[in-house]
Amino acid sequence: MGEIVSLDELAANVRDGMSLALPIDHSGVAMAATAAIIARRPRNLHIICMPTSGIQADMLIGEGLAATVETSAVTLGEAGAAPRFTEAARSGAFRLMEATCPATLAGLIAGQKGVPFMPIRGIIGSDLMKARPDWAVINNPFAPDDSIVVVPAICPDVSLFHAPEADRFGNVRIGRNTELATMAYASKATLVTVERIIETSLLADEQSAAGVLPALYVTAIAQVTQGAWPLGLWGEYEADTAEIARYARMAKSQDGFAAYMQGFVQRLKAVA
Amino acid sequence: MSVRPATQREILIATIADLLSGVRTVAVGASSPIPAAGAMLLRARNEIRGRERVRIVVLGSREHNFFTNGAVELFDCAAQGRIDAFFLGGGQIDGQANINLVGTGDYPVSTVRWPGSFGSAFLYYVVPRVILFREEHSPRVFVDKVDFVSAPGTSEGIVRNGGPHALLTGMALFGFDKTRKRFDLRSAHRGVSAVDVKAATGFDYDAPASVPMTAEPDAETLALLRGRVTGELAECYPQFVGALEAERAA
Repeated sequence: MGEIVSLDELAANVRDGMSLALPIDHSGVAMAATAAIIARRPRNLHIICMPTSGIQADMLIGEGLAATVETSAVTLGEAGAAPRFTEAARSGAFRLMEATCPATLAGLIAGQKGVPFMPIRGIIGSDLMKARPDWAVINNPFAPDDSIVVVPAICPDVSLFHAPEADRFGNVRIGRNTELATMAYASKATLVTVERIIETSLLADEQSAAGVLPALYVTAIAQVTQGAWPLGLWGEYEADTAEIARYARMAKSQDGFAAYMQGFVQRLKAVA
Repeated sequence: MSVRPATQREILIATIADLLSGVRTVAVGASSPIPAAGAMLLRARNEIRGRERVRIVVLGSREHNFFTNGAVELFDCAAQGRIDAFFLGGGQIDGQANINLVGTGDYPVSTVRWPGSFGSAFLYYVVPRVILFREEHSPRVFVDKVDFVSAPGTSEGIVRNGGPHALLTGMALFGFDKTRKRFDLRSAHRGVSAVDVKAATGFDYDAPASVPMTAEPDAETLALLRGRVTGELAECYPQFVGALEAERAA
């Protein structure tokens, strides 16, 4: 529970065929850990974007590690389209579970509660219903003539994110990014990288305890400075927009992507 | 020194502020500088005119986001009816206000692939005043029928309190009639004729015999936009503000 390990030991928890939940770009994305996972090459991953992703999912897709991608969108934001996702989705290179943000979040909340499904408004009449045979429309059992969509619970094998700090007892500060807690509650294992590990318990006073994910839900923690780079980390540092733009340019071709990734994984070895 | 007339983008921003008139809480997507500018303009103008306070949430922003409950809060907040207005775009938008954010061709194998539907398949149903905004006005965007319906313009037989309020493009402003499921051309922007709009639109719509020109911002609005609002906007979208100022100077 909340064990402090090396980055490579943390990455070893992601194995062939697992489902892996990843957070939205601004909540804290574990990019250094992504490089460490890519170096170990787990196959047939089922990537679940909570509820969208960017460069992180694009890299895992480009490396051919994703058999399934469940997402509401993959984009590099200001830097434009996510090139490896766009190419692979266009040609049907992986199984795409096309979603809409609140439906994925509702599925995760069902997982958190240990119930089999969650109802959600909207969606009826969208082609997403055709793209998602695992979603259903039921009648509201408490009112007549009220059709509503239900989505199945999402219980990822592993959740992975990056946060500013953890204490040595394994508690992690997640601030107001409460979907990270939902991910951890619903997942069988949660892997967290942090900028720093502090000696004092985050639960020691009420003020610091708010916005903390307790060690109960945390499987392993690894300390990595600048662990979200080239993305930013809330309250800590901004995204490296020039680097993301460089990725966007290079990853347009498979060869360019391969060259970029070689540098990306090597950089990790230099820091580790 | 005379005041320079409003640029095309300033007209779009001022039109959005007018379309938002009366809203109290408006949400704006992460990469949407023009809608954000329109919302900030309304907020500033309402303050001066002593009208209702406008709250703005810019998704993905740290400074312009008062939510504290993570990614789910916008959707929960909208589901409770607390979000009055939101903006949606689309790679394709059709004459029945269906929007496509997924791609063209035979799904799942597509000719062109876009990022995905984001929250559209929910927010379009629950936010009362959804403003469809797409600067590019061309037959490839405004099609007769979208290839993939990320979210439909109208629905029957389900609970739905939200939907399209207007469609604003780089050329014109349309209203939408939910009963008839049809757009109506309200105005064309300065320098654009009704014939130009017709030629660039791939769907049928209603139009008056004489199409008025989109209203230009008054002096007070323009001064606010060029002053306070540009400053606020620069905190969120520095690159966009650079482009806006270059256009003003041109």
